[in-house]
Amino acid sequence: MSADARAGKSEPIIVAENLTVRYRKRTVLDVERFELYEGETHAVLGPSGSGKSTLLRVLGLLEKPATGRIWIDGAQAGSADREARLMMAAVFQNPYLFKGTVAENVAYGLKLRGVSAREREDRVDAALARVGLEGTQRHSALQLSGGEAQRVALARALVLEPRILLLDEPLSYLDPLIKRKLVADFSEILTTSGVSAIYVTHDQDEAMVVADRVSIMHEGRFVRSGTVDDVMGLPTDPWVADFIGMETALDGEIVDTEEGIARIMVGGQIIYACSMFCPGQKVLVGIRPEDVMLFAAQSEVPVSSARNRLTMRVEAIEPRGALVRVALRRDGLRLASSISRASLRDLDLEPGDDVTVLFKATAVHVAAAQGVPSRL
Amino acid sequence: MEDIWKGLMHAGALLFGGDPGVWEIIGLSLRVSGLAVVLATAVGVPLGYVLGSRKFRGRTFIQVIVNTGMGLPPVVAGLIVYMFLSRSGPIAAFATDVLNWWDPAAAPHDAPRLLFTVGAMLVAQVIISCPLVIGVTAAAVGSVPLEMRLQARSLGATSWHEALLTITEARRGVMAAIVAGFGGIISEVGAVMLVGGNIEHSTRVMTTAIVLETQKGNFDVALALGIILIGMAFVINNGLTALQQSGSRYER
Repeated sequence: MSADARAGKSEPIIVAENLTVRYRKRTVLDVERFELYEGETHAVLGPSGSGKSTLLRVLGLLEKPATGRIWIDGAQAGSADREARLMMAAVFQNPYLFKGTVAENVAYGLKLRGVSAREREDRVDAALARVGLEGTQRHSALQLSGGEAQRVALARALVLEPRILLLDEPLSYLDPLIKRKLVADFSEILTTSGVSAIYVTHDQDEAMVVADRVSIMHEGRFVRSGTVDDVMGLPTDPWVADFIGMETALDGEIVDTEEGIARIMVGGQIIYACSMFCPGQKVLVGIRPEDVMLFAAQSEVPVSSARNRLTMRVEAIEPRGALVRVALRRDGLRLASSISRASLRDLDLEPGDDVTVLFKATAVHVAAAQGVPSRL
Repeated sequence: MEDIWKGLMHAGALLFGGDPGVWEIIGLSLRVSGLAVVLATAVGVPLGYVLGSRKFRGRTFIQVIVNTGMGLPPVVAGLIVYMFLSRSGPIAAFATDVLNWWDPAAAPHDAPRLLFTVGAMLVAQVIISCPLVIGVTAAAVGSVPLEMRLQARSLGATSWHEALLTITEARRGVMAAIVAGFGGIISEVGAVMLVGGNIEHSTRVMTTAIVLETQKGNFDVALALGIILIGMAFVINNGLTALQQSGSRYER
């Protein structure tokens, strides 16, 4: 089910308008509108210092904004509003476990809510089982490993059965192996518990795994908001494109369509995409770099279902962790491709070389260009 | 050397021989300083929490006042209390006015004696130990990260729960604050001498007794009291350290 379809079904559980926060004279947060839909996970993605943690604290009623209004479950809420605060629970980058046992930590919020000792025990056991930490009740909370501590922090929040879960870079301190495992676990828990969550992170891979919707923040503002596919597939401004490692989405026009496959004129080139737009429609087009395959220019290209096959010129080669990002161009068509270091060695590419580029029609993200009435 | 040896022997004899005069002095010292530190804790820990955890206008200024108070020479604190409590001071004058209004038949009343009482010593000791408790508590509370408090709040803590959690998290520091407050007054001599007057069976405490016996040349008695004072400090600090460490079993 797409996030759009889901959004149509549910009401926003958080709505915020015109939020600003200033530290001294500097504006660190300036968000016109934010909505969190019931049951969805909304990732707030941005580099450090972009204001995303501040946004989370403001929405969690933990910090007072300079201006703005927040509605939680339909009622306007202020920073002193404990009723609204009791609907939420947070997990931060550092788990901040309290002195005491694992069970005492997980029971903390229940105790504040006056839950009986007997019920507390049952719920703590269930919450620990849910995060995969059965039998650790009596362990000291301060002697756990990083991954375990973060699981306890998650259990401490989940045990309250909050309607809204606030997650602030919950996995960024962990090493990659545990992180990968926990991203999957978090994603599963967020989906099955039906909780609405705000997930703040600087890691786009994490955001894409856990989120239904994503907002990208830069210098305190939202620069892009929407479903994960739209935002991550169609960066409309150069900063966002650079941040997520793509070329900026390109302007195109639908030439014709046949059986759900559109031919789109982009920068003087024709590309094939799955799209329901009418011929003549102005559109934005983007392709994730990991969907773009490269082959040596003169080589035999294997038989493949990829509809798009172009010869393009290598403009730049830029290492990005384990992968390498290759910037490509032909006339006005700019693409990026993400390939492994080994592939790069095999292809023996240098800027200025020609290369055969393959991508599937289904990998092409298409959206109506702004200001133009869209879809059929 | 012989003096010291005699002093040690005498200290043992005084303590275990159950000399009522010595026990009376020890008892009064403990009662006055103990009550003073309880009052200073009741006032100082909450104020220290606020100072260490909240941002407000004038916080830096209050911090400076508290720091100055931590370094306040006890004898100056004694002098201030002396001036306030003396028969010609403002409090005695006010008390006299109240008495004259209450019972006009017997007017004019004499100004009540406030100085050279256990109460006066208590007031002076609370004033001396309060800044110590506030200052050390504020530092301890300030070392608990803001995120820890936000975490508690996000789990449903009220300001009260948040304060309780913060003080629990900072409990070693808070206990150090109370120990510092007690240490500052049990060993203090200038202020209790000024406002208490070292009156036998009334306001004589261990430090003032040591001064007196030394001046009289009774080094053995002075030394005996000194050893007892050190021993008391040892026992009390030992107990507090044990208390501090009782919470450490869950720490790294």
